[in-house]
Amino acid sequence: MYDFAYHKPSSVADAVKLLAADPDAKAVSGGHTLLPALKHRLNKPSSLVDLSGIAEMRGVRREGNALIIGALTRHHEVANSEEVKSAIPALAYMAQHIGDQQVRNRGTLGGSVSNNDPAADYPAAVLGLGATIHTSKRKIAADDFFLGMFTTALEHDEILVAVEFPIPEKAGYAKMRNPASRYVMAGAFVSKGPKGVRVAINGAAACVFRQSEMEAALSSNWSADAVAGIKQPADDLNSDIHGSAEYRAHLVTVMAKRAVAAAG
Amino acid sequence: MDTEKHDTTAPSSNRRRFLVGSALSGTVPFLPHEAEARAPLAARPPGDAAPGFALHVNAHVYQVALDPRTTLLDALREHLDLTGVKKGCDHGQCGACTVLVEGRRELSCLSLAASMQGREVTTIEGLATPDGRLHPMQQAFMNHDAFQCGYCTPGQILSAIGCIREGHAGTPVDIREYMSGNLCRCAAYPNIVAAIEQARDQGEG
Repeated sequence: MYDFAYHKPSSVADAVKLLAADPDAKAVSGGHTLLPALKHRLNKPSSLVDLSGIAEMRGVRREGNALIIGALTRHHEVANSEEVKSAIPALAYMAQHIGDQQVRNRGTLGGSVSNNDPAADYPAAVLGLGATIHTSKRKIAADDFFLGMFTTALEHDEILVAVEFPIPEKAGYAKMRNPASRYVMAGAFVSKGPKGVRVAINGAAACVFRQSEMEAALSSNWSADAVAGIKQPADDLNSDIHGSAEYRAHLVTVMAKRAVAAAG
Repeated sequence: MDTEKHDTTAPSSNRRRFLVGSALSGTVPFLPHEAEARAPLAARPPGDAAPGFALHVNAHVYQVALDPRTTLLDALREHLDLTGVKKGCDHGQCGACTVLVEGRRELSCLSLAASMQGREVTTIEGLATPDGRLHPMQQAFMNHDAFQCGYCTPGQILSAIGCIREGHAGTPVDIREYMSGNLCRCAAYPNIVAAIEQARDQGEG
């Protein structure tokens, strides 16, 4: 690792101040992506702003027809939250299947969403449920948040504080894990609710995306059969040693079918 | 690790890390002069949480001053001499560095020591009783020969304790799924599963 100074603020306001004062500062929560990058010297922040001491960014609460989950809430907390399990069981299921247990005990909602790894699980749930991102300065719709590989609408001195998930009528998640790394080869998060019918695909392309053809089909007929015949074009999909673009394209349809079946 | 350069080049006047015995146990784990001889402290503008902080490990409180880059793993092994925790891949893939933090399994290679302030860390050294009686999970691993080379074993044992505590050790399939963060290159998996079942049946987690 290159040298850096370490800060641990106890409020969002203090964290924003630290980030604003230093263009080369980086925010960190669980650190399970950032620390390996630092060890490889792929990143050279002058200071790290550790958000883990900010109490106001923790916890799950229900407000009307939505769940608001603090950005520092860990995956195991979401997976085991009675509030989440009863309101959006697919979200608890998704959190319970991120990485392995050590990752779930450390990783946070905000870290996963703001990192926007193409093979991460949370971005699929955020986009697939039509969630709203609450930051230190504004609210951003999921459709406007994920901009590309490891890229989001967050500005340098802007911190993801919480995510507001509208409670759907139905939702389901299915993914094909790489058997060794357990990263998503392709996954689908589907929902039907206040934000209409949504199908978000992760792992397959550079960034999570909505599959509009499947959304249209499910809007008129909510069943696994409705998406079974829809083929995802392989043109812009990832191709690597773990699977070709054509293989991932095939997986997209299979995972969408399974996600709809899981949603019931 | 980069911290090594500070070990060899930092002048002794900068070496001001002290270990303090825990008020809880009344023991002094390491002699202060021994700690001082190995203590690094980099010359840098410190962040607001550096340079000195307390690490709570195995019911001891250690007052440390570490380079902010120091991972929990390196702090335990290189600075507190708790070498039971193992460095495997150092990138969060193998699980050899697993420790319990507040009773939950975490990877010590992917956490900065500075972020552990105020959190209770348990390593393999903290499992046996002071009179040397092994934790039931340690005994179960011995009974079932749940290792060959033994390098992954401390991480496996701590992870297994977490696995039972979380209620994820009901079936062999569950055990395999929820122990997936710990790799064993000797492939002692069948014996590890059997050991966990034994400890589970004894009501131990």
